[in-house]
Amino acid sequence: MDAMLHISTLHYLVLSAALFLLGVIGVLTRRNVIIVLMSIELILNAVNLNLVALSHYWQGMSPRLGGGFGDVHGLHGQVFAIFIITDAAAEAAVGLGILIAFFRNKETVNVDEVNLLKW
Amino acid sequence: MTPVATPFFFYLLAATMIIGGILVITRKNAVHSALALITTLLAQAGLYLMLYAPFVAGVQIILYAGGIMVLFLFVIMLISIERTIKERQFNHQWLIGIIAAAALGGLFIAVYTKGQSLFPPPKGPMTYIETDNTQRVAALLYDQHTGMYMFSFEIASLLLLVAIIGAVVMAKKRI
Amino acid sequence: MHDLIQYIVSYLSSDKTPGASGNIFWATVYILLVFAGASVAVICMNWLERKILAHMQVRLGPMRVGPHGLLQPIADAVKLLLKEDIIPADADKLVFWVAPFIVVLAAFTVFVVVPFGPTHAITDMNIGVLFMLGVSSLSVLGIVTAGWASNSHYPLIGALRSSAQMVSYEVAMGLAVVSAILMTSLNGIGAYAVGGPDTSGIGTLSMIGIVQAQQAQHTWFVFKFFPLGLIAFAIFAIAMVAETNRAPFDLPEAESELTAGFHTEYSGFRWSLFFLAEYTAMLAVSSIAVTLWLGGWLRPFPNLLHGAIWDFVFSLIPGLAFLGLAAMCFYNVRRMPKHPFFKIQTMGLAGFGVVLGLIGIILFVPPVRVRVGDIFWFVAKVAAFMYLYIWYRGTFPRYRFDQLMKVGWKVLLPIGLGVLILTAAAGIIGLKMATPVALTN
Repeated sequence: MDAMLHISTLHYLVLSAALFLLGVIGVLTRRNVIIVLMSIELILNAVNLNLVALSHYWQGMSPRLGGGFGDVHGLHGQVFAIFIITDAAAEAAVGLGILIAFFRNKETVNVDEVNLLKW
Repeated sequence: MTPVATPFFFYLLAATMIIGGILVITRKNAVHSALALITTLLAQAGLYLMLYAPFVAGVQIILYAGGIMVLFLFVIMLISIERTIKERQFNHQWLIGIIAAAALGGLFIAVYTKGQSLFPPPKGPMTYIETDNTQRVAALLYDQHTGMYMFSFEIASLLLLVAIIGAVVMAKKRI
Repeated sequence: MHDLIQYIVSYLSSDKTPGASGNIFWATVYILLVFAGASVAVICMNWLERKILAHMQVRLGPMRVGPHGLLQPIADAVKLLLKEDIIPADADKLVFWVAPFIVVLAAFTVFVVVPFGPTHAITDMNIGVLFMLGVSSLSVLGIVTAGWASNSHYPLIGALRSSAQMVSYEVAMGLAVVSAILMTSLNGIGAYAVGGPDTSGIGTLSMIGIVQAQQAQHTWFVFKFFPLGLIAFAIFAIAMVAETNRAPFDLPEAESELTAGFHTEYSGFRWSLFFLAEYTAMLAVSSIAVTLWLGGWLRPFPNLLHGAIWDFVFSLIPGLAFLGLAAMCFYNVRRMPKHPFFKIQTMGLAGFGVVLGLIGIILFVPPVRVRVGDIFWFVAKVAAFMYLYIWYRGTFPRYRFDQLMKVGWKVLLPIGLGVLILTAAAGIIGLKMATPVALTN
């Protein structure tokens, strides 16, 4: 009980793993393309949470260097998370563009009806 | 600054995220899924604030919840057709999908239990400074001496340009 | 009881915001005060808008409900609460219910970082301006879901138009804000100069830090690098009117074109939530504009008219303002018709004048005068912006939707980019000319 009350980095890692699993289930089992894209966003968010939690851990572990801005030791995780958010925006835009183009042709949003190249 | 009631807020936000995630993958109506995803993203911004990363929290709110989700809602409303609510919502291989996800979950549990010795808990008291987080992130990105991500930043801007052109071309009726 | 007073007095002389000192009790008190203040401001805006628009259109406005219509907002509130609550037949009930709350939450959460004074804010986040812009962009979600949940085509078109407009003008707002943030970094800033004495060239996103930067640089940012600060301020002032869906950019909720747009199907209490959220969002973006360009809580002319005597004179102005309002009330009491039907109204107006006069006299007492001066100047500047909003509504014709989008993307965005580049160039040239050593590290 005491281990559950003191929030350590492991708590955040387990939470991010749970979100990742939910996203993976969404991608593998849903038919609606928009919900598949939203599950991919869940996966990216789980990864972001992982990165920021470990950045917090490394900030705690690093010694405080002097003044100025030399002490950027643990912040790489946060910068990487910002890049991932930017990348997720770009991917969502292009993915939804592809979805609109496909919907205009086939009038459906189900993934298993995207079978024009089936033998 | 001293944090207040950390376990309560962590469990509250974590429960919000998990319930939001479950609602995202199980709702028939895509708008309900989008609203659940918005709650998950906002709860995640709260968790970032608890992890002393206010800049990432701000970027999450303004980009993810205020930009990407608006894009999703626009597309849902433009192409949503009534019969998707009445159709079957899970595909034929749902059982294999859940088994694969369970296997992945088992892998995660194995890694976290066996690898815990790689992350020893910090020895002294951990004091975090959050009053200059933005400035330090900027130093890491842009500064001449401590920054190392300037090239990645430029490539990210190029990526966004490619995404803009791609989205416009894909959605046009006649190229 | 004595301990309580001691506690209150000892807190009031501290130099940190409640959020920074982690004090939950005072944070709650400040939150309740800001919430009550914003609600009172919205009620006053309702009355002021109708009266000022009426006087601009050479008519009188509401005159019956109270003396000079002063009780009209209360009558409106009672009417809205008693109206029948109608939900369209096939509307999605959960989303229909949730949408107004999203808009209200987004509008009110912004006030967490608004600085009424150097320590008079609920908290001072490191990302103050980013937080305000981000949370105010969450109201777009509420509008889109409101339009969709009404299950009818006018609300859907209105919602999509409104959200397209808000998203487009957020880009222009963001560029103008970045120009102002650049200006904070061009001299070292007082209490927020992190990392030691050699910190020229480090800016800040925190709202209190921005006003302290203006204080340290002895200039309001609207006058800095003339005319760049002025153009950035103008871009933000235009974009914020479009952001809050107000005239002349109010096509999405215009009654003659779209039968009230996204809130067509909302009646009674739910509509009043949209109304509350719209006016609160107006207050919020005006607070951003005041903090970033007009010097926040700083009094006018701090350099030209400096010294203890001018400080004393300017600190008398809050009390004089309220006494002036009380004098206007008594003048109108004299002008009231002398019919017995009007006795209660005359007494009501006289009572209102007495209350305003008492507030004015309290504001002359020295301890209160020192503390309240910052809050008064901030609120006065935001009130000037509210008057500008009403003035725009009474003056300009409405933009057509394609003209609106053209202005947002083809006019404001290029000018914003140009101002940003020129501000950065002016700043670098200024830094190089001032301290040729500091940039060669």
